[in-house]
Amino acid sequence: MIDITKRFPGVVANQGVNFAVQGGEIHGLLGENGAGKTTLMNILCGLYRPDQGQIQLQGRPVQFHRPADAIAAGIGMVHQHFQLVERFTVAENLVLGERKQLWRDNPKRLHQRLRQLASRYGLDLDPAMPVWQLSVGQQQRVEILKALYRQARVLILDEPTAVLTPQETQGLIATLQQLAAQGTSIIFISHKLNEVLAVCDRITVLRDGQTMGTVAAADCDTHRLAEMMVGREVDFTRPERASRDRPEPRLRLEAVSVQGHHQRPALDAISLTVHSGEIVGIAGVDGNGQRELEEVIVGLRPPNQGTIHSQGTLAHIPSDRYTMGLIGAFSVTENLLLRDYRYPPFQRRGMLRPKVMAQQAMTLVNDYLVRTPSVQTPSRQLSGGNAQKVVIARELSRQPQVILAAQPTRGLDVGAIDYVHAQLMAQRDAGAAILLISTELDEILRLCDRIAVLYEGQIVGWANAATANVNHLGLMMAGKHPPETLSIPMAHDR
Amino acid sequence: MTADPSPLAPTSLSPRLKALAPALGVLIALFLSSIVIALSGVNPLEAYQTFMAGAFGGSRQITETLLKATPILIIALGLTIAFQARVWNIGAEGQYHIGALLAGTVALVQPDLPAPIMMLAMVLAGLGGGLLWSLIAGLLQLKRGVNLIIGTLMLNYIGILLVQYVARVPLRDPNGFLPETARFAATAQLPRLFGTRLHIGVLLALLLVPLTYLLLWRTPLGFRLRAVGNGPTVARSVGIWPHRHRLIALLISGSLAGLAGMIEISYTYLRLRPNISDGYGFTGILVALLGQLSPIGTLIAAVLFSALVVGAQALNVTLQVPVAVAGVLQALLVLGVLAGNAIAKR
Repeated sequence: MIDITKRFPGVVANQGVNFAVQGGEIHGLLGENGAGKTTLMNILCGLYRPDQGQIQLQGRPVQFHRPADAIAAGIGMVHQHFQLVERFTVAENLVLGERKQLWRDNPKRLHQRLRQLASRYGLDLDPAMPVWQLSVGQQQRVEILKALYRQARVLILDEPTAVLTPQETQGLIATLQQLAAQGTSIIFISHKLNEVLAVCDRITVLRDGQTMGTVAAADCDTHRLAEMMVGREVDFTRPERASRDRPEPRLRLEAVSVQGHHQRPALDAISLTVHSGEIVGIAGVDGNGQRELEEVIVGLRPPNQGTIHSQGTLAHIPSDRYTMGLIGAFSVTENLLLRDYRYPPFQRRGMLRPKVMAQQAMTLVNDYLVRTPSVQTPSRQLSGGNAQKVVIARELSRQPQVILAAQPTRGLDVGAIDYVHAQLMAQRDAGAAILLISTELDEILRLCDRIAVLYEGQIVGWANAATANVNHLGLMMAGKHPPETLSIPMAHDR
Repeated sequence: MTADPSPLAPTSLSPRLKALAPALGVLIALFLSSIVIALSGVNPLEAYQTFMAGAFGGSRQITETLLKATPILIIALGLTIAFQARVWNIGAEGQYHIGALLAGTVALVQPDLPAPIMMLAMVLAGLGGGLLWSLIAGLLQLKRGVNLIIGTLMLNYIGILLVQYVARVPLRDPNGFLPETARFAATAQLPRLFGTRLHIGVLLALLLVPLTYLLLWRTPLGFRLRAVGNGPTVARSVGIWPHRHRLIALLISGSLAGLAGMIEISYTYLRLRPNISDGYGFTGILVALLGQLSPIGTLIAAVLFSALVVGAQALNVTLQVPVAVAGVLQALLVLGVLAGNAIAKR
């Protein structure tokens, strides 16, 4: 891709970007949110057309007018959110959208053919299995196989490890290395620096829509990459915490159970206590009851059994900021005042006071470093990081005693993650009791005092963050019980 | 990465072309209508001239257009509130009829009330009738899970037929030949404005435009209604209860539709009879959507729509263009504007 420029109204998403991938190479594409990674890849997939610049495939210029053109040219993309029909089998998902034959293949022959294809690339899959019975890691393999089935020679993976356990990630990396060895070019989009360094041969960094350079992974380390990405040095160490006063219990769950689909409990007798001045982490792979735990604590869903005690103002940083945290059509001001609009000084004699509301919004936007064209801008126009800052500003500015932070840094870049972590630690030091639900093990290890692992709606083990072993946590997250980590340290033990 | 516009949006249209899209839509609609008009043996240019003159050609025509716009506007403003809360009330027609029925019953049963009290009682009866009719649909949904669109739609037929029944049987004028009630007393007639044919309801409808705006954008209730409409899950997680607010939005729109019914029978018809609506309840839905759920947009759309109806009548009377052809013209114009708007928005 040569000298690619793409403008949207008000933004230049890509400006003179150069990006080259060689055959059989794993190429990392790294950049902050809004740096233009997705735009660049959408151009490569034929979803957008560049305003300027050229795409060359094996030295020949090509033009993609629609996604089908890119697929025909051998470019396959594995999206972050899988594009699979859950009710269909693996095989049916693979042949979906094919037009060439009038009748469908004999399933037996099709399965045979697909099994051969899968084993050629070392992907262990049963073509006859319906997709909904597969684990997330297996579904991702279906997506990869789908691209290979369409004869992709360039495979793009958007944040492929976000939904995987450490063990599944290892499996994915092995698969990718085997594919590359057989000549497939792989573009690996990620914000996890360690992973990019471990997997990729070369890495291209984007910042503010421009190429910051391409480096060989062998000559690079996380600090240098982070610097290229955000333009400054980033601290990765586990921050020391201020000593705290006598902790008191603020949030207590006692044997809370929630009914899920298919008669299976989504939460099964969860008991935990969060004290003032501590962060308790809930680790686990997505879909093991995190959403239900979050909803039951904030009262969006009644527990079928058990009780929840919460003391003082509860702040909620929701796991899905777009459906639970922000109203896209509402302005930044309206979103910031979604809880307080009805109280003076924002309301007087039954009427809202837009000027006072806008002033308060401006104060919060400044305090919480939200980058927005104005406070009247609809929040759907904000980038992910700035949208999250709006949620955080609204929730944390109310001086909460209890904070429920669910996936607070999902989809954010290094700079914004740092910011969110600093905010949470400041609240902890100010005495708030924080429950952090996160699928990012790094985040849990960095912030939390105690860690519980959630698997299929149960807490399968506790660990002390200072002494936790990543492998053991990973095994627990996959539902295996390493017996030595089953001890339950109390908050007062340390 | 979520700040990117939808990847499927085409990027080939220039902004200037987009701004012209609605006008282009109207032109295409006019062109297609010309073919239909020409086929019915009339010169299209002459037809359009007659059309415009019929709707806006003089004070009599403008008055007619405004009178016709009044019930449409009141209904559409109510629906603007409902639709902002994403409450799909399709039952304004039925709510309008029940509002008219209750207000008319008051006028017929208590003909001796003094004028101000008569007006007040009729307004309250109109509002109450619409509220009651929408409440039935709301409760059916909340308590029995009946889809609101289906519930409100079905209640339309019951409302329309109920008016016919009352006009034909219990309240029928024993001295009349037609299946209708006796004429209301003079006290049940809306006062006129400054010696014109315009009545006080026109003023009320215009006043409702800023009031609707204030309700939606300047009061805590309006804030909650819009929050429920635009992000029900978010609203719920900050303590705004969607069910309650959807019901409130439904009842407001129902009451206003009932008020429109009261205004029409106490000016245009002055009695209860079959056919007391020109499909205002359905036109109101279109007008609210054409106005893009903004009170000002709704005002403009209501006047334009009313002009379409009045102009089409002139076309029919003056040039003997069949009513059906005028209907085709209306439909094509609406489609043209909607398609143009959709393109302009991308």
